[in-house]
Amino acid sequence: MALTEATVPGASEAVARRRKATRRPPNANSPAHRGDARLAWILIAPALIGFLVFAVYPTLRGVYLSFTDFKVLTPPVWVGLANYIELLQDDVFWASLGVTVYFVVLSVALCMVISVLTAAALHRLTSSTVVRGLVILPFLISGVVAATIWSWMLDTQLGIVNVVIQWLGGDGVLFLTSRGWAIPSIALISVWKQMGYTAIIIFAGLQTIPPSIYEAGRIDGASELQMFFRLTLPLLRPILALVLVLNVIGAFQVFDIVQVATKGGPANASNVLQMYIYSKAFGQFDFGYASAMSLALFAILIVITFLQMRLLRASESETN
Amino acid sequence: MAARTRRRFSIGRTTAWIYLIGVLFVTVFPFYWILRTALSNNYALLANPSSLLPVGFTWGPFRRVLGLASAEESLAEGGSGASLQLGHYLVNSVVYATLTTALIVFFSLIAAYAFSRLQWRGREFMFGLFLTALMVPGILTLLPNFVLVKELGLLNTFAGMILPYALFSAFNIFFLRQFMLGLPTEIEEAAMLDGAGRLRVLFRITLPMTSGPTITLSILGFISMWNDYFWPLLVTSDESVQPLTLALAVFKQSSPQAQPDWAGLMAATLVAALPMLVLFMIFGRRIVNSIGFSGIK
Repeated sequence: MALTEATVPGASEAVARRRKATRRPPNANSPAHRGDARLAWILIAPALIGFLVFAVYPTLRGVYLSFTDFKVLTPPVWVGLANYIELLQDDVFWASLGVTVYFVVLSVALCMVISVLTAAALHRLTSSTVVRGLVILPFLISGVVAATIWSWMLDTQLGIVNVVIQWLGGDGVLFLTSRGWAIPSIALISVWKQMGYTAIIIFAGLQTIPPSIYEAGRIDGASELQMFFRLTLPLLRPILALVLVLNVIGAFQVFDIVQVATKGGPANASNVLQMYIYSKAFGQFDFGYASAMSLALFAILIVITFLQMRLLRASESETN
Repeated sequence: MAARTRRRFSIGRTTAWIYLIGVLFVTVFPFYWILRTALSNNYALLANPSSLLPVGFTWGPFRRVLGLASAEESLAEGGSGASLQLGHYLVNSVVYATLTTALIVFFSLIAAYAFSRLQWRGREFMFGLFLTALMVPGILTLLPNFVLVKELGLLNTFAGMILPYALFSAFNIFFLRQFMLGLPTEIEEAAMLDGAGRLRVLFRITLPMTSGPTITLSILGFISMWNDYFWPLLVTSDESVQPLTLALAVFKQSSPQAQPDWAGLMAATLVAALPMLVLFMIFGRRIVNSIGFSGIK
């Protein structure tokens, strides 16, 4: 799923460009292509069915359900804007949105900084695939596994992190059980899991920068740090914009780590939007209201994707 | 050149190395800690939380989560006494991830062929239409899809879990079509001149030539299905079809607050992560490259 989202902005533009280049003359009546149309529809039939039944239909239905009172067991009842009005007055929703935004900012900022530094270090120091493989290891395991490992390592009494903190003379930290630390701790787990993936994408971007640019910089007497800020970062802008939005979209939908590590607690301190949507839908069977919240989250994601595209385009005009 | 550079930037390079080693340590240490804890006696862990080696070495935690330990044996080592049949969930995960990945890659391949090789009216329109799906995030379709699967009577079945992800993937189709457009078509045309039909060309020539990206997409797809949690959580409540991720989450949540069975939990975690680690051992280089590739595309 992450991959699908990964390509949203870049993909559509690349397609537009590629499509123009590869459009062939319509010679559908030539002997070589006789019968193509029938075969084509047969070949795309499974994908088309999947597209209509599991993408288009649920999207439209989700919009419809958000205007209804729907408790799953009885048919939906049209209530107009009632769900959205309730949403505006729902303190838990706003608190939950606040918690989510806090998490997104914290985890994405940390992840971006660490990933860029790691990618740059990898690029300058080693071409070893083994090292890159180790960096990416946490990406291969599920959020559930990551959250379980870190619940153990961050445990108040026995967790190795607190043992080390106390050994260094500090006081034990209630990482997952205090209001103040719940979200930072979840952000830490999420960064641990996501960082390698982001770093490898940035690393791949770094490899597309021709070495001659750095040689020119070196001849001009630029230091390694200057080259990093003046050459590397500007040249990486398109790919940084891509992974930034990829991470933001992913972070807004964080769920499994939260559910396993804190269950949204203590006292809703880590009740992120996806948790709240889930508990409304499957705890209270209020599918209409949950659908309205999904749509609100979707609207937020659309705005972000749009901003990202602007960012991308701005960078393109600058480098070309 | 390299030697001179090294001398000139030695401080910077040393700092960078220290940073990188720090990152690698934080990345890899938890994996060691899982193993160390999973081979420990859960009671002994209480007394010695910081030992770098397993405390009171035992295979007990693995026996507990694989359902091989008796209740007394489990309680004696600090387990909850309840046993977990991870082996059975492991099979469910294999079925779920393998079937979904195989189907989606196959259906994407044949659709990509139609979009890259066949001439038909509506081709560009359908392709553009499919790509709009890239804009729709999971969150919007998950709840309605749950309702649909429920209405179809497919809750708690593999069909219900698999179908929504087995038929259509805009990203896969796009990725494969791009690759096929870049392939030379001479061999296919020669085969057709020799009288081979379209389907024969597709299965005997085009698909084998597309094996590189096919493997890439299969690996990435398998990783994401293996780690999937939210969708199975919605559509399965019966343990006969639940995958490992769900079993692990339930095991974590049901372990006693006062004194969790950390050794058992870590053993379960390791079992859940093991297939990914094996995949990593075999395909490490390809995984690293394909992730870098997916970002640039």
